Amino acid sequence: MTMVGERRRAGRVLRYLALAGYVIFLGFPLVWLLSTAFKPPRELVRLHPTLIPIHPTTENFVQAFTEQDLGRAALNSLQVSLASAVLTVLVATPAAYALTRFRSKLGTLALGWVLLSQLFPFVLLIIPIFLVLREVGLANTHAGLVLIYVVWSLPFALWMLQGFVRNIPLELEQAAAVDGAGRLQILRRVVFPLLAPGLVATALFAFISAWNEFFFALVLIKTPDLATLPVALARFVGIEGTARLGPLAAGSLLATLPSLAFFALMQRRLASGSLAGAVKG
Amino acid sequence: MTVLAEREDVERSDPGRRPAVARSDRLGVYLLLLPSLAPILVLSVFPLVRGMYLGFTDARAGRNVDVHFTGLANYRELLADDLFWNSFKVGLLWAFGVTALQFLLALGLALLLNEQLRFRGVARVLSLVPWAMPPVVVGILWKLVYHPDAGLLNEIFHRVGADGLRANWLGDFSTALPAVIIVGVWAGMPQTTVVLLAGLQGVPTELHEAAAMDGAGSWHRFRQVTLPALAPVIVTITSLDFIWNFNSFGLVYVLTAGGPGGKTMLPMLFAYEEAFRYGNYGYAAALGNAMVVIVVALLALYLRRRLREA
Repeated sequence: MTMVGERRRAGRVLRYLALAGYVIFLGFPLVWLLSTAFKPPRELVRLHPTLIPIHPTTENFVQAFTEQDLGRAALNSLQVSLASAVLTVLVATPAAYALTRFRSKLGTLALGWVLLSQLFPFVLLIIPIFLVLREVGLANTHAGLVLIYVVWSLPFALWMLQGFVRNIPLELEQAAAVDGAGRLQILRRVVFPLLAPGLVATALFAFISAWNEFFFALVLIKTPDLATLPVALARFVGIEGTARLGPLAAGSLLATLPSLAFFALMQRRLASGSLAGAVKG
Repeated sequence: MTVLAEREDVERSDPGRRPAVARSDRLGVYLLLLPSLAPILVLSVFPLVRGMYLGFTDARAGRNVDVHFTGLANYRELLADDLFWNSFKVGLLWAFGVTALQFLLALGLALLLNEQLRFRGVARVLSLVPWAMPPVVVGILWKLVYHPDAGLLNEIFHRVGADGLRANWLGDFSTALPAVIIVGVWAGMPQTTVVLLAGLQGVPTELHEAAAMDGAGSWHRFRQVTLPALAPVIVTITSLDFIWNFNSFGLVYVLTAGGPGGKTMLPMLFAYEEAFRYGNYGYAAALGNAMVVIVVALLALYLRRRLREA
């Protein structure tokens, strides 16, 4: 075998080793979460835990959702996230349409704000927002939280929807206008059907942002019964003993499912980078 | 009341110098924009301006507290505050550490994913999963990995016979910050990888082929072809990563809540404590302002150097 061939083969082996390293680093913590979620208490307090549960159980899931009130928190999260998703789409769609079809300085300003607002730490926003919401009696309510989430996902939703609107050929709308369709009719018959995938994507994005959000929920919601899932889980961490890790892992696993489903749906677009920046870390 | 004031601003801010759109249409456009812009103004722009102003006052929690303008008093206090300097130092170590490691690891992974390797799909899907997880869950997940008794890491060290390496990773003064930095890297790597991968796929293959013809080895091609073509993407994503990392909160809040002994007290955690545990709104806002100034200054330095190199 030639020298070059040998070197190439060595390079290939190295590459596979590196890839394996990445898979282990990224994947192992997830396997551990899965394993912990299915372990009975006795195995959790063992001096040397095993990777695969010896007597797997689903008891942790039941326990997490009955004893720790994670069930209620999950319902709260579902409510808040659904409301945020619907409102975001309702509010963003007309604006995205207007911004794309009628260029205006306001649009440029709004988009500039998207970038600028990334720069500011939440603490500058949260105190005044907290004061405003308290003023109008919306602090410590789901409605207040939904308002914040809508505003928070609006900039990106607008940006995303504009892309979808731009993909609808203007000629289609013009043709409908020539055929005598009114503006509203054009919107309803031509624009909305073609925009449907964009609306779904935007709704999902808003849903996930709200579902995952922690900081605002932590500060704005004081009543334990109103807490969203991330806040409830974070509280749960505080009271852990080793035996409580099972239910904690089970709850965490379930909290991840909606966004996992979203990412599975969006995988292709994400991998191609067209939605890069969609979900802030 | 403020709502009304802000709304007038929306209408005034565009003098309507666009004759292309008919007058009736322009009204329609405003009606379409209003539901989006009004909430952004009321709950994003206005709070931010007010928040920045609070940094120059002695605002405190409580309903009937008089707020006085105090000028730079908060900042003088900050400069003399050891806890602030500590959290500032921790914040810089965290933000630089996470951003740099994130970038290097993500670049490596993106290069691998860009090649025709088997099992590429597995790595690609796995690399997206951390991104899909809520930050709180990422924190819990790694708490389980680092757990001193029931944790994965200590068990691995035990299995390979390195019991001496077992540690209370998040509870020990010397290991806490490196441990949370690893978590930050794990959580943020996917997004960086995806962005870099998209950038790599935009590098023209002809360039590579031409360089290969000229006898350039793969390292040479990487330095001379890939890296220059990727530079704009690299600058953008590392800048964004740095901002996000410097302002991050949830992850470390769940992992250590700033402990042990303030070793992982990020500036955001410090500000949160000041504001919502001690009620020092003005002081916390001042800290926020200081953070903005620092981030902007660092970014300006970074971008200027990059631009000069290009």
